[in-house]
Amino acid sequence: MKKTTLISSGLGLRTTLFAGALLLLAPGVALASGEAVINAGDTAWIMISTALVMLMTPGLAFFYSGMVRKRNFLSTMMQSFFMLCIISLQWVLIGYTLAFGPDIGGVIGGLDFIGLRGVGMEANGTIPHIIFMLFQGMFAVITVALITGAFAERIKFSAFVIFALVWTTLVYDPLCHWVWGGGWLSNDGALDFAGGTVVHISAGVSALVFALVIGKRKGYPKESMPPHNLGWTLLGTALLWFGWFGFNAGSALAADGIAALAFVTTNTAAAAGGVAWVLIEWIRTGKPTALGAASGAVSGLVAITPGAGFVGPMSALIMGLGGGVFCYLGVSWLKPKLGYDDTLDVFGIHGIGGIWGAIATGLFATVGAKGTFFGNPGQVLIQLEGIVATVILAGVVTYVLLKILNATIGIRVTKEEEAVGLDLSQHGESGYN
Amino acid sequence: MKKIEAIIKPFKLDDIKTALQQLHVEGMTVTEAKGFGRQKGHTELYRGAEYSMDFLPKVKVEVVVTDELAPRVIEVIVDAARTDSIGDGKIFVTEVEEVVRIRTGEHGEDAL
Repeated sequence: MKKTTLISSGLGLRTTLFAGALLLLAPGVALASGEAVINAGDTAWIMISTALVMLMTPGLAFFYSGMVRKRNFLSTMMQSFFMLCIISLQWVLIGYTLAFGPDIGGVIGGLDFIGLRGVGMEANGTIPHIIFMLFQGMFAVITVALITGAFAERIKFSAFVIFALVWTTLVYDPLCHWVWGGGWLSNDGALDFAGGTVVHISAGVSALVFALVIGKRKGYPKESMPPHNLGWTLLGTALLWFGWFGFNAGSALAADGIAALAFVTTNTAAAAGGVAWVLIEWIRTGKPTALGAASGAVSGLVAITPGAGFVGPMSALIMGLGGGVFCYLGVSWLKPKLGYDDTLDVFGIHGIGGIWGAIATGLFATVGAKGTFFGNPGQVLIQLEGIVATVILAGVVTYVLLKILNATIGIRVTKEEEAVGLDLSQHGESGYN
Repeated sequence: MKKIEAIIKPFKLDDIKTALQQLHVEGMTVTEAKGFGRQKGHTELYRGAEYSMDFLPKVKVEVVVTDELAPRVIEVIVDAARTDSIGDGKIFVTEVEEVVRIRTGEHGEDAL
């Protein structure tokens, strides 16, 4: 909600953090407090942050593609990478205005900014409106790319591209509006600094639904399906961690103290998540793994995302540790127990980590908002409301969309295509020659 | 002439190559292989899921030598490849009917 924009108002973004000021979020309630002024430092930071968040999508491509088998390496890369192409266009054409256009009933943004009409160099807060637009766009790109881990190694590419466009339009854009665009969840006071609900819970829940609808990979879980190159996965983790500074600290929308705080909480939680996961493994199985360190770091990053600019570094440490522990349980206990093939653990890490982060933000918030542990007992309930709303929107729309796609063009490749690998069958090329 | 195929632990390849060169074995063919014997495979853990790896990486060395040299070659490979632990590998010896050097058309032992 820190990211909420105040179109044509001179009000500083920081002010919007306080629950009392939430009323002002509705665009159209322009304050007569003078002209908005562009700040060079803020603008520079948000342009850099935009580039950092952009880098997360190829980072995610490496993170995921290292975990699949050789014959699906390129296709897994491509599923993330291509989102940079199509969602970037979706965003400038229709996505941005649905998310950040003038509020209609707290549910969706109006079409005023369609095709970026009226989105130009003028100040929005302290940065040019047009760079605010692209910063937000990079979040839309990576969110749908996150889902690709659920159906890795068996998705029909054409169906996925249609899914991605429709999902972003019907799930991401409205949800983004609810939380950051002046919609009903921000009006209720739900805290989501950089995308715990909008990005991680929505992607995680949609991924779980996708895994259930598309079914298990051929041979799962009997056959051995070990990751083909965990070096890629560690490289991807490093790029994600690096990009996450833009994701979280950039969400302050200013180069200020809150951005600096978010920068530190982000790093601390990532570290704590990595330590937690590796320690559990070491105790339970006797071996500390590289994949565990990578998974744990990402879990910590997911967990801190909603609270990055709301909590202190010690709370971030606890949130990161919790992320490592809960995501480990989600991946190595819950998944085998329930038997779904969420191939690269999108739900286990982003769904569970996101839910933990959203709750923990409601508990630990001290900066710019008060959590349950700091004198505002009701905050955690508001957080739960945000979680439930996200789960319902993402779950239902994803389910219906997949049922329609499955009945028309089909979402899964044939058995032969799956056996030969998606690199060859979907893209006509090989990752390794 | 005999063909000697040795399935060995990959890290022993250099020792075997050096030993065979000292015997003046003029050439060899090396293939990366996978397999198991009594050693069986091992298990790997990824995000808590246990995978049993039935096939272990091995290297297959093939040399073709004269009948006289064959016992020495076998002896040298055994010495070089042995670690005394399970999984050291096996050697298979077969009769070779004919050898042709493609460049010159030489036949038999001259072609070795």
